[in-house]
Order: sequence, then C-alpha cells, then structure tokens
Amino acid sequence: MLIDYETLRLVWWALLGILLIGFVMTDGFDLGAAILLPFIGRSDLERRIVINSIGPVWEGNQVWLLLGAGASFAAWPFLYAAAFSGFYIAMLLALGGLIIRPVAFKFRSKIEAPLWRQFWDWSLCLGGLAPTVIFGVAFGNLFQGVNFTFNEELRFEPHIGFFSLLNPFGLFTGLVSLIMVTLHGAAWLNYKSTGAVAQRARRLLPLLSCLLILSYILAGMWLAQLDGYRITSAVVGDGPSNPMLKTVVRAPGEWLAIFINEPVWNILPALGFLGAIIAAVAARYPVVALFGSALVPLGLIGSVGRALFPFLLPSSRNPNASLTVWDSSSSQGTLFTMLIAVILFLPVVLLYTAWIYRVLRGQIDTRHIEGARDLPY
Amino acid sequence: MASLDSVDLSRLQFAVTALYHFLFVPLSIGLSMLLGIMESVYVMTGREIWRKITKFWGVLFGINLAMGVATGVTMEFQFGTNWAYFSHYTGDIFGAPLALEGIIAFFLESSFAGLFFFGWNRLSKLGHLTATWLLALGANLSALWILIANAWMQNPTGARFNVQTMRMETANFADIILNPVAQAKFVHTVSAAYVTGAGFVMAISAYYLLRRRHQDIARRSMAVAASFGLASILSVIVLGDQSGYELTDHQQMKIAAIEAMWHTEPAPASFTVVGFPDIASQTTRAAIRVPWLLGLIATRSFDEQVAGIDDLVARAERRIRSGLIGQRAIQLWRAGDSSQIVTIAAHSRDLGYALLLRHFREDIENATDADINAAARLTIPDVPSLFWSFRAMVGISVLLLALYLSAFYFAARGTLGNHRLFLWFSLLALPLPWVAIELGWVIAEYGRQPWAIEGLLPTRLAASALSTGQVGLSLAGFVLFYSALLVTDLYLMVRLIRKGPQPETEHAY
Repeated sequence: MLIDYETLRLVWWALLGILLIGFVMTDGFDLGAAILLPFIGRSDLERRIVINSIGPVWEGNQVWLLLGAGASFAAWPFLYAAAFSGFYIAMLLALGGLIIRPVAFKFRSKIEAPLWRQFWDWSLCLGGLAPTVIFGVAFGNLFQGVNFTFNEELRFEPHIGFFSLLNPFGLFTGLVSLIMVTLHGAAWLNYKSTGAVAQRARRLLPLLSCLLILSYILAGMWLAQLDGYRITSAVVGDGPSNPMLKTVVRAPGEWLAIFINEPVWNILPALGFLGAIIAAVAARYPVVALFGSALVPLGLIGSVGRALFPFLLPSSRNPNASLTVWDSSSSQGTLFTMLIAVILFLPVVLLYTAWIYRVLRGQIDTRHIEGARDLPY
Repeated sequence: MASLDSVDLSRLQFAVTALYHFLFVPLSIGLSMLLGIMESVYVMTGREIWRKITKFWGVLFGINLAMGVATGVTMEFQFGTNWAYFSHYTGDIFGAPLALEGIIAFFLESSFAGLFFFGWNRLSKLGHLTATWLLALGANLSALWILIANAWMQNPTGARFNVQTMRMETANFADIILNPVAQAKFVHTVSAAYVTGAGFVMAISAYYLLRRRHQDIARRSMAVAASFGLASILSVIVLGDQSGYELTDHQQMKIAAIEAMWHTEPAPASFTVVGFPDIASQTTRAAIRVPWLLGLIATRSFDEQVAGIDDLVARAERRIRSGLIGQRAIQLWRAGDSSQIVTIAAHSRDLGYALLLRHFREDIENATDADINAAARLTIPDVPSLFWSFRAMVGISVLLLALYLSAFYFAARGTLGNHRLFLWFSLLALPLPWVAIELGWVIAEYGRQPWAIEGLLPTRLAASALSTGQVGLSLAGFVLFYSALLVTDLYLMVRLIRKGPQPETEHAY
C-alpha cells in the first residue's frame, strides 16, 4: 500500500470535516435562506425572490450532506452505525426536514392559492430549521459523551433517550448552529437578491454576526467547564479498528487543552470570528460579506473537530468504548481505494459546480420574476 | 399471527420506504433519457415544437425527481438508523459504492437538474442539451452504483472476515465492482426504468389523443416513446433471462424457490408454468410443467442439474456445522488462543450460517441437532409469494411487449392516433411497469431472506438495538407522511396533465 494506515485515517478524518464544512458552506446558505423565508419575504413576490435565489442550486448543495453520510458509511462505519442508530428519533426528525424540502420547492409554485403557498413556505422554513438545529444539538452531545458501549461482537449498545439529548448545552449548541446557518442565508440573500429582500437581509447581518460571536464564546466557556476525554493507553495509529482495545479517562479541561498547548490552533476559531466580522462590516459589499460568512463554518466546525480530535463519538457509559480516529475506520485497503476515488472525482465535481454557479450568476429581482419565461418556481 | 418485534418493524419500514422510493426512481431514470432524446431532436431539427415537448415532460419529470430525491435520503439514512450491525459488519465494503454513487453520480444528477430547469435562456441550445444528457447520465450512473451495492448483498464477492474487527472487509475491490450479478441487475433494472418512462409518456399521450387535445405534441411524444419502449422491453426480457442465469450460480435457493423446485430433478429440469406451491407438504399442486425448459434457462446446458430445495437445505445444514466450528474458534481466540486464527479462516465462509442458530438460542455453541435442522430449514424463503411474484412479473413483461410492438408498428405507419382500442390499452397499461418492477424487487429482496447478506449475515442479526416503540413510532410517521406526500404528488401530476402543455410565456407562475 502506498500510504500507511495512520496517514490514511488522518486524511479521512480531514475529509469528513471537509465534507461537513462543504455542506454548511453550500447547503448552509439555502437552509438559512429557507429559515428566513417567511420572515424576510412579506409578499408572494418577495418570497419567490428568496426561493428563486436558491432554487437552481440547493439540490446540488444538499449532495454534500449525502456524500458526508456516504463517506462516513464507507470510511467510518462504526461512526455511521452508532450515530444514526443511537440518535434514532433525532435523525429521523432531521430526515423529515430533508424530505419536505425538495417537494416544497417543487409543489409550492404549482398552485396559486395563498393558503397552499403559505403551507409550503412554512414547510421550507421548518425543513431548514430541523436539520440545522438537530445537527447542532448532536455536536453539543458529542462533547458531553453519549451513553453507549459495544459488546464482544462489537454490536453497538445505545442507552440514549431522545429527550436526554435536549440538555442545556446541547440546546445551546443547536442555537449556535442555527445562528451560523441563518447568518450565511442572510449573506446569500444580500448577495443574490435585490430590493426589500436584500435590504432586510443586509440589516440582519451585523446582528447575526454579533450573536454568533457572543454565543460561540459562551459555548467555549461552557465547554471549558465540561469533562473532556483523553486516551491513556499507547496510541496505535495502524492498529485494528476495534474501539474496545484502548483505555480512556474523562478529565476537566481536556477539550480545550489543545488550544492552550499548541496555540497555533487558535487560528481556527479566529478564522470563524474574522469571517463573522467581515460579514457584519462589509454588508454593503455583498460578495465580500458572503465570503466572510462562508469562512465561518470553516473556522467553527474546524475548531470543533480539532477540540474533539482524536475522538469521533465519546462514550459516557464506558469511556474506553469511545470511537476515535485510530480505531473506528474502515480497512486500509478501503480507505486507500476511496481516497483515490476522491482525488479523481472531487475536482471534477468542484469544476462543474463552479461552472454552474457561473452560468447562473446575476441577481434575482422583481422584474426577473415577473418577466422571466423560464423560472419554474 | 405472532406480535411484531422491532426487527420485524424495521424490515417492514425498509420494505415500505424502499418500494415507495422505487415508485419515483424508474420514472426519473426513464424520463431523463426520453428528455435527452426529445431535446436532441429539437437541437437537430431546430423545430420549436420539440422544445415545447421537452419542457412539458420536463415539468412532470421535475415533480417526480423531487419525490425521488426526497425519499432517497431515507434509504441512505436507514442503513445506519435501523440496520446498525449491518452497517458495522459490511461498511468497509458496502459503504464504498454508496459513497461513490454520491460523488460520481448524484452530484452530477442534482447539479445539472438545476441547470435543466433554470438554464433554458442562459445556455446555448447545445449547452442546454449537454446539461440534459449529463442529468440523464447521472441518473443512470446512480442506478449503477446502487445496484453494485445491492448485488453485493446477493453475491458477496471480494470480501473476507476479519476477526480482529468482527466484520467483513474488502479483499478485492475489483471483484466487488465487477460482480457479475451487478452487471445483469444493472441492465435489467435500468431497462425496466426506461420502459416505465416510455409507458408514462405513451399513456398520457394516449389520453390526449383520445381527448383530441394537444395532438401535435402527443403524436410526436408517442412515436419517441414507442421506439424507445420497444427497445427497452426487449432488453428487459432478454437480460432478465441473463439475471436468472446469474442466480443459478450465486443464489440457488432463490431460483429453486421461484420455481417451487422442492426436489432436485434429473437434468434438464422441467419448468413449472403455473401451480400451487404448498409449503407444508413440499409439493406443487395442479402444476403444469414444460419438460427441460428450466434446465435450459438456468444452466444453458442439457446435463447440469438445478439443485432442488431439499438438497439445498441439506447443504445449509453442513454449512451450519462448519460455521459452528468457526464460531467456537472465535470464542477461543477471544480467550487468548491466537492459534485459532487458522480454524477461523478455514470456516470463515460458513460463519454466517452458524449465526442462523441465533434465531433459536443465544449460546449457539451448545446448539442441538434439532436446532441445526431447524436453522437449515430457515434458509427456505417464502416459496408461494416468490413463485407468484415471478410469474406476474413475467406475464406483465409479455403484455408490455405486445403493447410496444403494436405501438411501434402504428408509429412506423404513422397511424398512432387512429386506433382507439390501442390508445385505451396504452392508457390503461400505465401502472403495469410499476407493478412489474416492484414485484421484481420483492423477488430480489424477499427472496434473499433470511439473509441480509446472502450466506454471511442473517437479517435478524443485522438490525439496530432499537425498541419496538421507537420503530413503531417511525414506521407510523413514515406511513402518514408518505401517504400525504403521495396524495399531493398525484393530485399535482393529474392537474398538470389535465392542463396540458402551456404556451411558454405562462411558464413563470
């Protein structure tokens, strides 16, 4: 094998992060715009401006999430199995949001009755809200440890009640996620639409940016109070993927230790803050503001991942059973083959995505919608 | 009827959501190809009516695509939510084609779907045509990767058991991708999807012709659908036969069950056209048989035997005993005896058979002969439902072949609109491709039971540790939510079809 197992695991950990960040950078703005839809669009025409500004691209954007799930299945099967079955009801609620979105986009325009359209507007809003908040809550619960273990056949044994996930810290990280996505949605509308919609979006930018920075700092301070996890046995980077072979302790301060011991990593939260600040102060320069809000997930999700590293899913019931980068991946051969596939195909995807955004460039305005012959929404 | 536990409910939920998802998938794949063909005609002839035709079917395609995308997410989530041990046990292999589907196919399909709908005035004619064909390519590639994944569940090649990680791992990636079952399945399934698309266009065009509305559009659409449909149904039937041939090697129990072949016959075996399979007595009553036919289809020879159910059960019993030796070796290995690795490897192909004993007891190492015998009998799938599903599926294909042959004949003569009986038949045949396709999946998946992965992992052991309440709640949620969506979808479809193609200026709502 050309690449050793330890390196492959690190690369796949980074790729999982990149897919998640790619999801929030792209699908994040259309989820955010959908959340804002009923509030920022006050007439049917304004709402159609919002919808048509994300209409052509949301579907491609959402593939980032599906690819993230597929990649975790292929590269981190323990994580995929544990997270999806462990958070059963929560995952299905997020799924409900992801199901209602595509149909709401398509169904809404087909009938003009106001009640029909309002129904689908609120469906779009909820469809954006559910996955955004639920994935945020999930991250809050990762930091607190999740109640599970494995038996000797490595069968996942969860003891997780749905309502136990809705603890104060989890709810708070859900809120942080909501603010981040809404900010990105507002920055997109500020960039892509015109008139009253764009103005309202622009006015939201400084407010949401401040809220984001404040809530993120607060979440960090809260996190400092929580017990973190540390591997105490020797780390075997190329050992078998069996999460039951190591020892782990819970100890205060562990989650933020890396930012103190290796201050260079503070660049990640700093990037997030910088992005939020750019989004706020450059609101009059929509491209710059959008660039700022796109930096936010890179910084924030990057720092969350760095804080958790090497943990993927810490276990509160049996810390030794926690899933880490070193013991819950696929085999070396699979990681290698899939990496080749990513190297071959991801650039192609990025290339045609960029081309499509170029073809669809330009702002959506009232005239556009009233005069256009080919707007399906 | 015994009460359902969480595994039964998870199976039911998977069946319901998969069959529901597959109401939309074949139509999307078939229509995407037809859109490509229609738009190609537009670009080549430059005649505006073909643009109008493409856009009209494009609107219906759009609604259907949204339903397919929405319900497809459920499938990707569900392996993890309801089948966690399956995901752990096979993720190293099974996850790869799913991820590749995302990066190679679904990205392409979804991204160019946006351009297809929004790009009419932003792209050159040729540019838009390219987008349409890339969308169709994405839809087809998507089916390819999903069927490679599914084929591995039917014929798990290129994999080996790793006792250190307690799962199957990739031994040879090329074997997984080039699985012969996957190739037969792919061509059979996408051809069936093309038939669905063609049948949809034929039925709606027939409706317009019967009503004498939009005849210029309907006649042209029907001509395209007739020729495309004929080629596709021929491919379905010929390659369906190839699918059967692949089963002979890889899933003998499934083919024996489809044919209700209770006992091995001297070669070449006879084919039972119809009859009433009876599980209790292991006989088929009132059977009408064609001598030699099954032997010829299944083995393409006069002297190879097709194994009967009784022989296959005996074989399963031997594999359970072999698997038990492997399972005992795993326990000794866990206790620290590393030399057991040799025994485990020697019996690794049969480990899954020993797991069938878990249906009866947790401590399988103490299994009695009666347990082993009962476990071997579990490998017999539900013969009557497979027997009848298969015959209904084949019967429908023959009916559809007749429909497309006549359609092609009338199209060639230019008299498509003149035969009201034929038009009525085209309209009433609308649901037939769906019925046949869903039955095909019943045969493929229900026929694989009791296995989640043939010979490796019993379905019962593949499930997540969930409570009956959790799965009951989600199943009820799916049924309610999906029913409401289907009603809305059908309502909108019918409404748009009634309204018919619109002048282009009215396309913006």
